[in-house]
Amino acid sequence: MSLVLEGFLNTVALTLLSFGGALLAGLLVAVMRIVPVPLLRAAGAVYVEVWRNVPLLAWLVLFVFGLPEAGVKMPLFWTAFTAIALYEAAFVAEALRSGVNAVASGQGEAARALGLSVRQSLRHVILPQALKNVVQPLANIAIALTMATALAGVVGVVDMTRAAQRINLEFAQPLLVFTGVGLCYLVMAAGIGFGARALERRLP
Amino acid sequence: MFDAPGPRFRRRVFWVSVVSGLVLLGLVALGLRQFAAGGQLEPVRWRPYLTWPVWRYLLGGLWSTVVAACATGVLAMAGGLLLALRPNRFTRAYAEVMRTVPVLLLVYVMLFVLPSFGVNLPLFWKLVVPLALSHAASYAVIFRAGVSAVDPGQREAGLSLGMPDGVVTRFVVLPQAVRHMTPLLVTQAVSLLKDTSLGYVVSYAELLFNGRVLANYNGLLIQTFVVVAFVYLVVNLALSRLAHRLEAARARTAR
Repeated sequence: MSLVLEGFLNTVALTLLSFGGALLAGLLVAVMRIVPVPLLRAAGAVYVEVWRNVPLLAWLVLFVFGLPEAGVKMPLFWTAFTAIALYEAAFVAEALRSGVNAVASGQGEAARALGLSVRQSLRHVILPQALKNVVQPLANIAIALTMATALAGVVGVVDMTRAAQRINLEFAQPLLVFTGVGLCYLVMAAGIGFGARALERRLP
Repeated sequence: MFDAPGPRFRRRVFWVSVVSGLVLLGLVALGLRQFAAGGQLEPVRWRPYLTWPVWRYLLGGLWSTVVAACATGVLAMAGGLLLALRPNRFTRAYAEVMRTVPVLLLVYVMLFVLPSFGVNLPLFWKLVVPLALSHAASYAVIFRAGVSAVDPGQREAGLSLGMPDGVVTRFVVLPQAVRHMTPLLVTQAVSLLKDTSLGYVVSYAELLFNGRVLANYNGLLIQTFVVVAFVYLVVNLALSRLAHRLEAARARTAR
């Protein structure tokens, strides 16, 4: 029974932590892709293309089995966290960027015509509208991330999916175990969707 | 969003470029030093990846990846079309569930649950069936969104011209829907190709699994998986570029 709890807690912790990390890193990359500095734009674009075009499992394997060879040693959980956060950051960055781009260009022009500075027009005109555009895509990324944490189980983190597999080997109650775990993921995704809708309503 | 840059702004951009360039260079140098200290940059450790037998093995894996991705794509698109054409409570629930349950869980069901009920598929299908089940839901959502993005006036106009319903769907709604869907279909194709890396779990000899076998054989963990990641990167970038080119060509002829 403790295995179930451990798996569940690991999945929840991995999801929350890596989503937080992905938000921070993704914000940084999105800013890099938006600022009018060609070098930073290029670096941001390279980051996004490299991370999202290689499977997460390949990143996890490279980080968990490869990095210790290069002398970078971290606890397993935190290695998996790093790989997942950096991977999802690419998707977060794209969501944030398209959220900003989706604000009609007339809005920015109007703000500038009224004499607002670049900073003021970002702060009071562009970002509030972009924020609303971005909630639903970010919720979708969070749900995808919840599913992605299952891959950490392949490289050794005892998450919910791996716990299910081990319990199944021991007790041979496949239907019960896998349905239960599936329901757990469903509840987590429903929670994220509910939170996103509540957040969207509260935004002006 | 930004005005045409004046001299002061250009100066600022220049200095930001210099500073950020130095920071990026420093990060790269730090990483390389770490790898060099571990002896990972020795030419001996990279030389195997300049030889044909190693590449033949990896490319064989890539071929299996592509085959699995194509099989999954066909099955998932067919399933997605079925789901999208019959929007009822069951298909909606299916799409919701499949979009929240990890594919890995389905793979485990295939690997560990179904055999005890006497269903033991070949390795290829143990990978393809769960992927297709899961991606069918994504395709259904894409198809539905694509069709509903077409202005209803288009269908009404077609009907009022006296076209039969099937003709309107085939020649008026679907071509426009496909144009709306193309970017999402490309993203979905890339995500599908990436998901075939679950062959690593199933022991289906695709690219990542072959990488694992190779790394176990020659002990060059970092080098192998960097090369494997590079192959994924090249293939997926090529896939996106090809799709964009096709899209551009079609957009020209459509006018």
